[in-house]
Amino acid sequence: MDLTLSPSELAFRDELREWLAANHPGPIPTDEEGFEWRRNWQRKLHEGGWAGVWWPKQYGGRGATLIEQAIFSEEITRQRLPSPINVLGIMLAGPTIMIHGTDAQKDRLLEPILSADEIWCQGFSEPDAGSDFGNVQTRATKVDGGWSITGQKVWTSIAQLAKWCMLVARTDPDAPKHKGLTYFVLDMEQPGVEVRGLKQITGSAEFNELFFNEAFVADDMVLGEINGGWGVAMTTLMNERAGLAFGMQVAMRQNLDELVEQVRERGLVEDPYLLDRIGELYARTEVLRLTGYRGLSKQQHTGVPGPEGSLPKWMSASTNQAITELAADVLGAEALSQESAWAYRVQRSRGNSIEGGTTEILKNIIAERVLGLPRMKAGA
Amino acid sequence: MNFDLNDDQREIKNTARDLLSRRSSFEEVRRVGEGGAYDDSLWNELTELGWTGIGIDEESGGVGFGVIELALLAEELGYAVTPSRFLANAMAGLVISSAGSDEQKGKWLGGIASGEAPATLAFARDGVAELVPDAEGSAVIVLVDGDRATVHDSADVSVEKIETIDPTRTYFRVTANGGGEPLEGNVEGGVDRAEVILSAELTGIAQRALDMTVEYVKQRKQFGQPVAVFQAVSHGCAEMFLETESARSATYGAATVADSDPEQLPFSASIAKAVAGEAGPRVTRKAIQLHGGIGFTWEADVHWLFKRAHLDAAQLGRTHEHRARIARIAAGLDQPKAGAKPVGATA
Repeated sequence: MDLTLSPSELAFRDELREWLAANHPGPIPTDEEGFEWRRNWQRKLHEGGWAGVWWPKQYGGRGATLIEQAIFSEEITRQRLPSPINVLGIMLAGPTIMIHGTDAQKDRLLEPILSADEIWCQGFSEPDAGSDFGNVQTRATKVDGGWSITGQKVWTSIAQLAKWCMLVARTDPDAPKHKGLTYFVLDMEQPGVEVRGLKQITGSAEFNELFFNEAFVADDMVLGEINGGWGVAMTTLMNERAGLAFGMQVAMRQNLDELVEQVRERGLVEDPYLLDRIGELYARTEVLRLTGYRGLSKQQHTGVPGPEGSLPKWMSASTNQAITELAADVLGAEALSQESAWAYRVQRSRGNSIEGGTTEILKNIIAERVLGLPRMKAGA
Repeated sequence: MNFDLNDDQREIKNTARDLLSRRSSFEEVRRVGEGGAYDDSLWNELTELGWTGIGIDEESGGVGFGVIELALLAEELGYAVTPSRFLANAMAGLVISSAGSDEQKGKWLGGIASGEAPATLAFARDGVAELVPDAEGSAVIVLVDGDRATVHDSADVSVEKIETIDPTRTYFRVTANGGGEPLEGNVEGGVDRAEVILSAELTGIAQRALDMTVEYVKQRKQFGQPVAVFQAVSHGCAEMFLETESARSATYGAATVADSDPEQLPFSASIAKAVAGEAGPRVTRKAIQLHGGIGFTWEADVHWLFKRAHLDAAQLGRTHEHRARIARIAAGLDQPKAGAKPVGATA
């Protein structure tokens, strides 16, 4: 058991730090220019060979280990740089295509993910299929040469920028829920697709609603088997949960450091209650980091992310929320002013325990798949 | 980096689990818990296997493994709630190893490693230690008061048995009438290592409480089905899992830091003790709750875990003290000087 970086991991980190120092893109611009700026940032990363860090070399990646991928996320966040614009393509679509895609799909789809020429979004959730993801109602009907898609998706990040959508739709309405789904790669640039921004409690529209009205997907853009979409989607979701926690842990540590500084400025740093709460939150943030590394070390042996990935996701949501709750309590009106960085964090953190699997669902996954507890019969 | 047990470490853990499941069953825990003495033959077996020398250098008569290997044994002893002076002896050995001069190490570590002259460790204030595990039968007693540590011959101190809620281990109040031999080296580093293995025992206790609860809620039926199907129950188990794994991550992290990056140890050790010291009591309380009425009976075995967890959490600084230390380190504040500790910080 060893928490220190190996010589090759150290070399990886130093090379990355050197590259970031030489290629730092400067401050992140405001919303309007944000997209092109972030696309260019990913292109720069790609030129340096840093876009698909743990993607295998045969697909244009660096072939780095999972631990090195974690180091990458930590360093990027430490520099307060954004993740690549095509994060959903890199983290979710790419790995899913590598496992379930045909050679032709890999040739066609993977390279533009890394170059940011084609942005990806994820069409899984629906108004009536959130936690009950098997209840997807969006219909795919067979037509000549492909499939016709009609229905609605929700909570779709960066859909307005996306070329492709990872879409799960129902191909067999008569089959049991989980068995009638198929995973499609849908071209967003067509008349049957409408994207509407979805304003969230922060006031900004980070997510979208997607409406499909007889949108078309060609036969060669089915990922995996017809009616085999559930298994393909699980690959995507496991990657989502396993990967989410890593950069966040560094950002949480930065936010805590910032809070301690603000507590000190107010002369409250010796307050026993605050020492207790702050100590607790540093401890939880460190536990998240360590649990993440334990999971990655295990995954490095087994090759696939397991249900244990649910644990860091749960920890990171609850700890990030606790940090913002303490900030709101200690700083009061100042944290709640729209001018404060905390105002956004206080609101945004409420989404952490909902997005990518609610904490309640994560507890179910741990109870059933890690602890082996029986599940309640549906409808009981 | 590979933050996972290596094959040798896994072997140590499995061997310990196997041995203790035979030699330290709940039947044996109950025998001691209901007034019996520690099993001398178990102690002899552990010393013959070299367990008592695991955290001690070879030149001092030990086996020379790291804190992580010792922590794995402590975790398994916690899992079995083993009635034994093993942990107290090992904690004292870590402090003397870190803070003793060569001469002092030569004097005491051999007896600790062989088990022939065992030791114990506790926090004290003004010469009085309120909670000393296994002081009776110890050849020497290490008392830590702030950043000072002194080693006392057990013949020179008064030892008074105290009845705690945990009858699976003996505890004492120790009054040193001055004297004692000061340890001039790195006291903090030694105490932090002791906190790590105490945290490991707490982790093992939590794991056992979780395992027992999972088994129980699968077989206990109400309303015609196992109570595990109710989310109020299954989510409670998931929360126990989160707390147990948190304690394990923090403990393994600190054990690794103790062996490879000692500058970080104060922060990491306090995180381990703060997290495990909270998880142990919380997980065992939840275990009683999820066992329902049976969990509240003397007959069921979950209460041994609950009791041991509380007594472990009370030693070497409690959760709120370690959290304050973590916050002070993070904020770059000085730690309170010896004698300026919060009231009651002596246990």
